Amino acid sequence: MAENRYLLNAQLAQMLKGGVIMDVVTVEQAQIAQEAGAVAVMALERVPADIRKQGGVARMSDPGLIKAIKEAVTIPVMAKARIGHFVEAQILQALKIDYIDESEVLTPADEECHIDKSQFAIPFVCGARNLGEAARRIAEGAAMIRTKGEAGTGNVVEAVRHMRTMNREIRQLAAMPAEEIMIFAKANGIPYELALEIKKLGRLPVVNFAAGGIATPADAALMMQLGCDGVFVGSGIFKSSDPTLRARAIVKATAYYNDPAKLLEVSMDLGEPMAGLDVATLPSTERLASRGW
Amino acid sequence: MSGLSNSGVIGVLDLQGGVQEHLDHLQRLGVASRPVKRAEELAALAGLIIPGGESTCLSRLLTIFGLREAIEERWRQGLQLWGTCAGAILLARENAGETPFFGLIDITVSRNAFGSQMDSFNCEALAPAVAREPIPLTFIRAPKILRAGPGVRVLLELDGYIAAAEDDRALVTIFHPELTPSLAFHRYFARKCGLRVAEADDAALDPAWTPQSWTRFSYHS
Repeated sequence: MAENRYLLNAQLAQMLKGGVIMDVVTVEQAQIAQEAGAVAVMALERVPADIRKQGGVARMSDPGLIKAIKEAVTIPVMAKARIGHFVEAQILQALKIDYIDESEVLTPADEECHIDKSQFAIPFVCGARNLGEAARRIAEGAAMIRTKGEAGTGNVVEAVRHMRTMNREIRQLAAMPAEEIMIFAKANGIPYELALEIKKLGRLPVVNFAAGGIATPADAALMMQLGCDGVFVGSGIFKSSDPTLRARAIVKATAYYNDPAKLLEVSMDLGEPMAGLDVATLPSTERLASRGW
Repeated sequence: MSGLSNSGVIGVLDLQGGVQEHLDHLQRLGVASRPVKRAEELAALAGLIIPGGESTCLSRLLTIFGLREAIEERWRQGLQLWGTCAGAILLARENAGETPFFGLIDITVSRNAFGSQMDSFNCEALAPAVAREPIPLTFIRAPKILRAGPGVRVLLELDGYIAAAEDDRALVTIFHPELTPSLAFHRYFARKCGLRVAEADDAALDPAWTPQSWTRFSYHS
């Protein structure tokens, strides 16, 4: 992939900063999301809460559905490919959507290798639980990072854990004398050159969104105050009792994440949020965040 | 322009999009700047940049907390506006197939007119009123300006579409100068706002700029 194409792809993510990317499963939902102020939609057949409930193998969505959603909105359209499934990614690139999410929400196709994203012209976003995972995905060609969180639970605890972990590791790196960087990079599986860049910048060199378990305006603002550049909301909107109202409220809360008076105003009278799951009670085999390496 | 109310500060609308990139460019140019999230933060600004992002998202947020009326009011009092990409869409009088938002400059735009992200591109072009040298341009899922009405000056025309234009009160660019090393359009806008900036008319490429320069203004503490 040309260097200039990678830069354009990272820059599209920059234009999404401060925004909310919403999971949608129908054309109608995509239009509701756009109207509510989403900066992009993630087109898929089932939201993570349903994937979790129904079980089985979760794959790339039918390209026909993604195409219909692409034609119905003017905001960017993203879609998910399985971890390591580079042919699903080739198909999504041929469909000319705007961003591919190589996602642990789908059943991994490869338990060793992620997609070599540097071979694609289309941009990729990937999930990460810590700095090493984020850096490995960037080295493979991801132009945007998001926390993994624990998708489909409506429980923000894992997204908080992942963001706090990344922040802590970045602070450690930033404070580290030069001779310790190599060993830190080795221990955390961080490509050395990227470790140097992250140390210099004091943050990831690409946009980093929150994802996985965000269900309320307060959740979105929490992740923003922890330093995320924007927010993905998966099941949280269309599994709530009033998706339009909730979508608008989360958009407002993400823009005004630092203004408690406005957060109070937008949090009122939203109806029921999606039902939540206690992540601690999930057996390890049902934890999506542990997919990816 | 009312000289008394002009503090020499340029604001960047901070609701969503490429806010930090514009703040970075203004600082490189030596222009005082501040992010604007609330109506009261518009007071005494010389100019306001409406950055790229998503126009539907920005329009919704502008409407909800009263910023729309406040910006219109300040514009009537002399505030200069510059819309980049989505910002240009919001300022346009006509938006092909959609309801215009501010409608403050007599142009017609068409949203996302090049295709998907894979049709985003870079090029270089000469905008003689802005710089005597060609400057780098970055188009990200850009709109096109299809028409410029009387009273609107075209600053840059490419293959059958207008890429930059202005009237006495507003500047519009469908590309992103803040995503390149060139400060030329920021210099041009600062002058339009009545600010004193360097006399130069070159491409104003800042050798210290990198694609990650924006991160110094990011929300991380």
